[in-house]
Order: sequence, then C-alpha cells, then structure tokens
Amino acid sequence: MAAPGRIVLVTGVSRDLGRRFARAVACDPSVSRVIGVDVVPPRGDIGDVSFVRADIRNPVIAKEDVDTVVHMSVISTPGSAGGRNTMKELNVIGTMQLLAACQKAPSVQHLVVKSTTTVYGASNRDPAMFTEDMGPRRSPRAGYAKDVAEIEGYVRGFARRRSDVRVTLLRAANVIGPHIVSPITSYFRLPVIPTVLGYDARLQFLHENDMLRALQHAVVREVPGTFNIAGDGILMLSQAVRRLQRTSVPMPGFAVGSVGSVLRSARVADFSPEQLGFLTYGRGVDTTRMREIFGFEPEFTTAEAFADFGSLLPSSGGRAERVLAGLEQRLPSSAATAALSSGADHG
Amino acid sequence: MGDAEIIPIGTRGRPGRGTGKQPSSAARSLAPGRRPPTRPVPRKAAEREPDPTPVIETEVPVIDRPPALTRDRAPLTGIPTGEWLGAFQFAAKELFGEQWEPQLAHFLAFLRRRVTGDYVVDEYGFDQEIAQRFFMTALRPIADKWFRIEVRGIENIPLDGGALVVSNHSGTVPLDGLMTSVTINDHTGRNLRPLGADLVFRMPFVSSLARKGGATLACNEDAERMLSGGELVGVWPEGFKGIGKPYSERYKLQRFGRGGFVSAAMRTGVPIIPLAVVGAEEIYPLVGNIPSLARLLGVPYIPITPLFPLLGPLGLVPLPSKWLLEFGEPIRTDEYDAGSADDPMLVFNVTDQVRETIQQTLYTLLMQRKSVFR
Repeated sequence: MAAPGRIVLVTGVSRDLGRRFARAVACDPSVSRVIGVDVVPPRGDIGDVSFVRADIRNPVIAKEDVDTVVHMSVISTPGSAGGRNTMKELNVIGTMQLLAACQKAPSVQHLVVKSTTTVYGASNRDPAMFTEDMGPRRSPRAGYAKDVAEIEGYVRGFARRRSDVRVTLLRAANVIGPHIVSPITSYFRLPVIPTVLGYDARLQFLHENDMLRALQHAVVREVPGTFNIAGDGILMLSQAVRRLQRTSVPMPGFAVGSVGSVLRSARVADFSPEQLGFLTYGRGVDTTRMREIFGFEPEFTTAEAFADFGSLLPSSGGRAERVLAGLEQRLPSSAATAALSSGADHG
Repeated sequence: MGDAEIIPIGTRGRPGRGTGKQPSSAARSLAPGRRPPTRPVPRKAAEREPDPTPVIETEVPVIDRPPALTRDRAPLTGIPTGEWLGAFQFAAKELFGEQWEPQLAHFLAFLRRRVTGDYVVDEYGFDQEIAQRFFMTALRPIADKWFRIEVRGIENIPLDGGALVVSNHSGTVPLDGLMTSVTINDHTGRNLRPLGADLVFRMPFVSSLARKGGATLACNEDAERMLSGGELVGVWPEGFKGIGKPYSERYKLQRFGRGGFVSAAMRTGVPIIPLAVVGAEEIYPLVGNIPSLARLLGVPYIPITPLFPLLGPLGLVPLPSKWLLEFGEPIRTDEYDAGSADDPMLVFNVTDQVRETIQQTLYTLLMQRKSVFR
C-alpha cells in the first residue's frame, strides 16, 4: 500500500502537536520527505522536516509533488490566534484554500484532516455515545464547533469532487496531556475549578501521544472514512476534579459562563463559551469503527490519559483524603490490613 | 485607687448577686473542700465494662487543678485523648457492631475511594457503587414499608441478557420507575436501566442523579446500544401523558408514543416484558393543573393534588397506597426477520399487543385489589 518515497505535507507545524507529528512522520521509513507549512515558523526543533513559510494558496503542493496532505491547523483557541475573527479566518478560509490547492494538484492521493468530536455538540438531547453517522442535535451557531462543522462540510465537498483521493477524517476527543494547551486543559489547570451546579458532565479524553499515533496510522495505512478517536471509558467531571485533588466551586450555568469570560479577558484561562455546554452535559463517542475498520488501538484509556495530565499538576485540595488516610492509620493494625485487602478488592 | 468597686451594668447601681455576705450558689459549688464534688461516672463507660469495685463518692480525691487561664480555655482541651479514643471506639461499636474494626476500615476505604475519584462509571454515567449503597438502600424501606409492594411473575425477567421492561406510567412524580428498579434489584439482582425523557436531563440535580442511577435518554440509539449490551432496560412509553393524567382517568393507558421501543427491541432481538403497576395512581391524585405556570417554567404540568399546595411540603408525602406489580409473559421479538423493525404496520401491531396486555393485567389486578390502601 505505502509506496516508497512518499512526500507528506503537514499544515500547522508552528504549534506543538503539528511540529511533533511532522517530526514523527519524518522518521517513518515509507516517507521520504516531509514539508511543514505554516505562516509563522515553528518554535522547536523540527528535525528532518523542511519548513516552508507559506500561505497555503502558494503552489507548493503542485511544485513538490506532494501525495499526502495532513491538515492539522484547525485551532480551537481564539487566544493563540489573536481574536475570534482571525481564528475563523485561519480555520475556515485556510481549509478552503488548502482544499482548493489540493483539488488543483493531481499528485495528491490522500488527505488526512484532524477534526474533533466538538462537531457533535453537547446538549440534554444527546445520545450517550455518538457514532460517526450521527450529527449534532442542535447545529452549532458560533465558535469552534461551527468552524469545525464548516470545515467538515468543505472536506466532504472535496471528497465528492476528487473521488480518486482517499479522505480520512479523524474526529478526536478532547486531546489531553502534559504539553497540551487547549481550553479543556487550561480549565483543569485552574486552582479552583468552577463547575455547573446540578449537572455532571461525562468526559472522554485522548492522550496526546495517541493523537500523534492515530495521525501517523492514518498516513501509513491509508484507510478512508470518518472515525472517532477517543480513549476507552468515561470520567465524570466531578470524578476528574476529585482525581486532580482540586477544589471545585459549583455555580449556576450562567455564572460559570460569566466567570469564564472574566477569566478569558484576564488571560488566565482560555475558557470558550461553547465549552459551557460541554461542561454541563458532556459527550461520549463510540469508537467501534476506530478499532474494527481503522484498526487503531489507543495506548491510554481516558482515565490513564487524565492521570498522566494530572501527574504534573500541583494539588490544591485533598484535605479530606489526608484526614481519612490519617484515620485509617490510627486504626489497629489488623483493621489496617483488612482495609488494604478490601481496598484492593474494590479498587 | 486601690480597690474600685465593680458594679455590674443593669442592676441600677446595686451590686449583683455576689454581695459579699454569702457566696452565690455557683460560687459555693465551685469552692473546694466544703462538699466533695460529685463526679458523675460516665454512664456509657459503665455500661461497656462494669467496674467490679463500686465507686465510693466520698473517697474520690479532689484534683488540685491549676487555675484556668484564658489560653487554656480553647474547646476540647479539658478532655484527655484516652477518653476521646474510648468514646470513639464505643461509637464505632454501636454503629458497626462487634466486628467494628474491619467494618469501619471498609467504610473508610469506601470514603477514600469516593473522595479521590477512584471508582468506575460506565459509558452512560452509571455509578454502580453509589446506586447500590445509597439509592437502593434509601428506596428499599419505602418500597417495603410504605407501599408494601407485592410482586407477581418476577420469573419472567431473564437472569441475563438484554430485555425490555415496558410499564404503565402514573403518579404525577415518576416514583413508579424508582420502585420498579428497587423491586427488580431485590428479586433478581439485576440493575434496571431506565430510559428518561430529555426533560429529565435538562433539569439540574435530577439529571446528574438520573445518570448516576443508570438512566439514559429515551432515544433509539441509546435503547439499542443498551439492549445489545445485554442490559435490562425499562421504558415508560406513555411518558408525560401517562404520568400527568388527571385522577379521573386513572388506569386508562394513554397512547404508547410512536412505538420506538418496539423497533429497538426488534432490531436487537430482545424480549419485551410487559409490566402492570397498580397503586401508583393513588400516591398523588392529580386533581388540577396550572397550565400557564407550567408553560412559563417549561415543564409539562404543575400538579395540584388534594394535599400538595395546600399543606406545603407535607403535601409532598405520597399517600401510602398498596402496590401490586405484575410482570407478564415475555413477548419474543427474535422471530421477526431483519427488516421488520422498519415495517410500521408490524411495529404498530406489536405496540398494540403490549399495550393491550398491560391494560388487561391492570383490570385484573384492580379486580383483585381489596382497597386502595390495604
């Protein structure tokens, strides 16, 4: 399947995930050349990747005989781009231009687009687990979710017009990890976490390493289709906060929204408004197709990915846990051993 | 300026109770030597280990305590640690019985698991530990003592594999769903997974409790996913039409939705178990409704019962009607061929069959019932 000497073009290499993916895919034996494209140069070491500082309309795809295009420059945070308008410009118009360039280039055989499960939205009418065939119950009106929905629309249009190109659309759950900066990680990095009173969201995470592996898998295996990519299992928001040993402050939904906008304007955390729905109702996606058709198995479950993310964070709470641990130690020794064994049974 | 007399405020210039002639009763009881202070022996300690030597009050030596200073007056300083430990052990023994040490350790381990988030929920948000330890424990006495639930045909529920329990819905507040869950859990050990309306998941607190208790949204995707996962799913197809119907229409089944539950069962090939619940209609007899307020709040109805707004919170106590639950013969759906779930006529027919079965069972149970409350 994988012809030797493939030339891969990666967009969005100025950001951490894109840069790391470009480096990883450059080490793959079936790939001869990797071209990283972005409007700003990457900050870290990019290894064997040759960087082209270019607007995507530049005819770099045709000139370099690129056969695989990996589109990763869909950004979720307006803060890093410099405002919501710029973000939308980069996301939607950038994708349109990339796809237009791909359509003109006969050498392109394979297109991989990193999308997100945000397209499914989050509401009280959602099914527990979204499969790839389902759409959002309410179409998103603004923000990142709308950008992604439009991008996916353009990708589908491209797939119709260039039916000879294999299109792989990866809908990744919230990517989390020690190096990731995203709305959800900055939310969990807050010292005191505001939650929506009376609701407990179901969360699903994907570890950053699994994200990179899934993209590489898509480039190497060339399986066309749309796939949900997420770690196994579900964490409730309350459970996640407890695992981080952070203090949470439940407050009504509208108050969480205004706290979020205050935090955003204070540049403490990039707390996007559409995240409120996610933190209220949560979202789960079905990953049967990822396993059976795409043939990918994530290394980290949702809980493990979250533990890896949380391992570097200092805890701000955990007093109750320490009190209980102290009480357990005070008990006579026979009871302590019984506690240990029963804890092992249940835990 | 040596000795200024201190006159308390509020006594119109006269000195207070301590006039100097005679010590006040409070002062007399404090003074050492006159009368030995009667130190009451702690009753609890006496019960725990009866002391062989009787305590003779007169021989108790007077403890020469140093004068109390302000910095010593913090609470709890007066009670020695040993007594705290004794009291704690006594309380633990009272609470957990003779085997209190492993029991308490068990409980502490449970608390620690909850506090550190070290537990597992399934993909619908079902928290089995909480459901078993709290929800079932809280609801069981209500089912047994308050409604005195009598169960028939429990053997119709399969012990494993997917099945769909279809029940009538009544009682203004969906208590019948909770009681059905408890009954099934007690008799078969299985967890009933209820399907709830989207309103349930829109309401704060209710939504998170429902998810923790194992419920999920009543939609075809979730129903089929649960049934093919081998769960015992409960559905109340009448929905708000059934639960919010006036008392005059009691035990008259409403329209059974669009029959979505039948097509879900057909697609997954699981049996449908009809369930008739008698007694739930009488817990909150709905005699009125405030449609305008309901529309304002975005809920299907605001109930008026003979007791509810009248007696305030006391009106929220359900009337103690006697409940009868009868599970009917399972209706098999695995005999239909693959495309039949998309055949609307067949789906309507099976829906009607389920509805008729429940209605007939309701009439039979009502005939057998001696009275509402007995």
